[in-house]
Amino acid sequence: MKRFLGFVRKEFYHIFRDKRSLFILFGMPVAQILLFGFAITNEINNVDIAVLNQSKDVNTQEITQKIDASKYFTIKRFLTSEKEIEEAFKKGDIKAVINFEKDFSEHLIKEGQGSIQILTDATDPNTASAITNYISSIIQSYQQQQNQGVQMDYQIHPEVRMVYNPELKSVFMFVPGVMTIILMLVSAMMTSISITREKELGTMEILLVSPLSSFQVIVGKVVPYIFLSMINAAIIIFLGITVFKMPIAGNLILLGLESVLFIITSLALGILISTMVKTQQTAMMISLMGLMLPVILLSGFIFPISSMPPPLQVISNIVPAKWFITIAKGIMLKGVGLGYLLKETLILIGMTVFFIALSIKKYKIRLE
Amino acid sequence: MGILVENISKSYKNVAAVKDISFEVKPGELYGLIGPDGAGKTTLFRILTTLLVADKGQAKVAGYDVVQDYKNIRHSVGYMPGRFSLYQDLTIEENLNFFATIFGTSIEENYDLIKDVYEQIEPFKNRRAGKLSGGMKQKLALSCALIHKPKVLFLDEPTTGVDPVSRKEFWEMLKRLQQKDITILVSTPYMDEAALCDRIALIQEGKILEIDSPEAIVKKIPKKIYDIYASNMYGLLTALKDFEHAHSVFPFGEFVHYTDKREGFDSNELKIYLENKNLQDVSISLTEPDIEDVFMELSRK
Amino acid sequence: MKEENVIISKGLTKRFGGFTAVDAITFEVKKGEIFGFLGANGAGKTTAMKMLIGISNPTGGEAMVAGFDVHTQQDAIKKNIGYMSQKFALYDDLTVAENITFYGGIYGLSRKQIREKRTKLIETLGLGEIAHQLVGSLPLGWKQKLAFSVAMLHDPQIVFLDEPTGGVDPITRRQFWEMIYKAADKGTTIFVTTHYMDEAEYCHRVSIMVAGKIEALDTPKKLKEQFEVSSMNDVFLRLARNIE
Repeated sequence: MKRFLGFVRKEFYHIFRDKRSLFILFGMPVAQILLFGFAITNEINNVDIAVLNQSKDVNTQEITQKIDASKYFTIKRFLTSEKEIEEAFKKGDIKAVINFEKDFSEHLIKEGQGSIQILTDATDPNTASAITNYISSIIQSYQQQQNQGVQMDYQIHPEVRMVYNPELKSVFMFVPGVMTIILMLVSAMMTSISITREKELGTMEILLVSPLSSFQVIVGKVVPYIFLSMINAAIIIFLGITVFKMPIAGNLILLGLESVLFIITSLALGILISTMVKTQQTAMMISLMGLMLPVILLSGFIFPISSMPPPLQVISNIVPAKWFITIAKGIMLKGVGLGYLLKETLILIGMTVFFIALSIKKYKIRLE
Repeated sequence: MGILVENISKSYKNVAAVKDISFEVKPGELYGLIGPDGAGKTTLFRILTTLLVADKGQAKVAGYDVVQDYKNIRHSVGYMPGRFSLYQDLTIEENLNFFATIFGTSIEENYDLIKDVYEQIEPFKNRRAGKLSGGMKQKLALSCALIHKPKVLFLDEPTTGVDPVSRKEFWEMLKRLQQKDITILVSTPYMDEAALCDRIALIQEGKILEIDSPEAIVKKIPKKIYDIYASNMYGLLTALKDFEHAHSVFPFGEFVHYTDKREGFDSNELKIYLENKNLQDVSISLTEPDIEDVFMELSRK
Repeated sequence: MKEENVIISKGLTKRFGGFTAVDAITFEVKKGEIFGFLGANGAGKTTAMKMLIGISNPTGGEAMVAGFDVHTQQDAIKKNIGYMSQKFALYDDLTVAENITFYGGIYGLSRKQIREKRTKLIETLGLGEIAHQLVGSLPLGWKQKLAFSVAMLHDPQIVFLDEPTGGVDPITRRQFWEMIYKAADKGTTIFVTTHYMDEAEYCHRVSIMVAGKIEALDTPKKLKEQFEVSSMNDVFLRLARNIE
């Protein structure tokens, strides 16, 4: 045990004396979160919209007024027919069109249901998504006002249609996404680099010709990064909550435990990489190309998996990040408990065991 | 508790690095493997330190088989690889402490053994290893290899790239370590260091050319060697190479070492020949061969 | 006599912060001379050499190399010298012929010149059969001989050799020195560092640096007489020891 602790202490010396990797370690999560956060901003103000009111009754006028009165929207013009909608978008000076169906009030009173179509210009998908959210919530609050003291609930169905980019998903994606990238990168890249560095330096030879077992060397390399990655995860969640007002719907402890699991998965991957390559440079290349790209492209972070071609959907299943993003989103956004995430958690555990077993098998007790 | 090597061979892909090598190092001996880069020294060291498995043959270190008992060997040998293999970002003291800890010992416990070496660098113990001079790095590496009181010490080219002063000090330290019952196998490309070993094996292209004590090995050269001097070195070399009876012509310091093909050699004849080639201050005298002469003579075959 | 000096160093100095790596060294090297530049590790040899070959700016003193000023004409120096070190010599992943072509190219030789030189070099070194093998697969000794020839490709006035023979077997080492003698005989100046003290004896004159200063400079013969010892190794040990 003393041997092992001595080894871990040495690892911490390496980490804290290398200013560059320290910067990557702690600077990158902050930079990425801020970058993604401000690039995908969901603040909207005085957005110009158009209204097509085919009903012209009390309800539709009240809703229109309510929307116009909010600080978020300004009604730029009123349209007279559906034909004008496309023309209005093409002009480019409006971001959304609100289309009330014919006889809206009548439907609402007689059938208890009225339909409003919200069309948004989703060439800027994040703004589009925010606009629909805001309009929907304004309509909902109007509906609540109306329903007070009324026997039968009126239900207004805002039918959202996004033109140009129909598959758009939530904007809060970025916090779980960045967290996944950072944890993967720090854990896998840093461990694989730190092990290959010993190979390059020649110190691996001395470690091999010492009583330290391969298990001790591997675990000794991993322990410091578990700590550091946990700190990173905490920084990201903290920034998400404070800077971007990200709601954490679920249990923080569960999120923490799942993060530790994913950190260990990534570390195991890092070790696996380092058993296969000899130089720091290749370790870095493989970590970046082989891990980062799939994490960004195939995990559902940026491109929704459901809209990928079927072969890629199948491939995305072997990307550990996909499962962790699902878990993180589930806990952070939906507030679900372990019961709903059992499948994902078990898959991650399975992957971790597989990677560890493979690395132990591949880790050589000799050179070559 | 020495080293026993029997018919060891090792190839990388199709290149044979070590070809059927056998030798024995007695307990407490200071044994030198002398040969140029690419002779197979490092491969042999890696086989003996359990880092590589030989294709053929057997070897024992401190009584343990290098393949089956590799764990025991890893507890009882010290190894200093060819390159400077310490943590550059750790200080002298941290490096030494680290190696003491992983071998389950402490600096204090074996201070006696490393004192001689470590004392010379102890004043700088808080300096990072990356900022040390070549000689100091070498002493630190030796201290780290010694810290767990190994029975056998493997030093792979410890003096390569190190200046003559540090080299001399290093060999003096090895001589003193030998007194403390440590078997030492050391490799070097510097032939002049061979004279400081108890016994040496001359090695080239994966094969051992000769094994003996340095004193005995130089007597094995069958030819008489002559020191030849002339004021113009390049002229002398070309003239000697053109001489029909020349067996070998090698520059050696300010002289040329010359051997003749014939049994009866008359130095006057050569002197006249050289003077006819317009060489000045020609002198020819018989000299004692050194290990480099032996190495070159043997590797010609 | 004066135009025969191809290296003239007057008080050349390099300081890194408060540390003086090279402390006002003054010496001359004659045309066609084999000049041995010795010193212990950390004595300042490499730093001094870097200033002379124009890749490091001196912080004091002056020096002329091949007739050019090390302060202001570094580019001209680089065109007129050859450089070879043990660490950086040839590209392992290029063939012998490709390496020659590449170096010919960076020294601005014409295609015709490169072709002629390449043919001649491969012939004189006896590399005909392996001209299209990767350099990485050659034995060290061959690599070093080839590297030296490549450094001489553009017929430089001076060749700087930084520990050219480390780890090379004794026979190849001597063959290497014969190449040096031959080049010097043709008028090329050789500036060489080495850790082999017997090689110091091969030099026409030798300087020994200790702690940034040149402590001795003379022919090997006179140095040995001066220190009353029998080999350059002993001269070296005397000097380095005395200073410490």
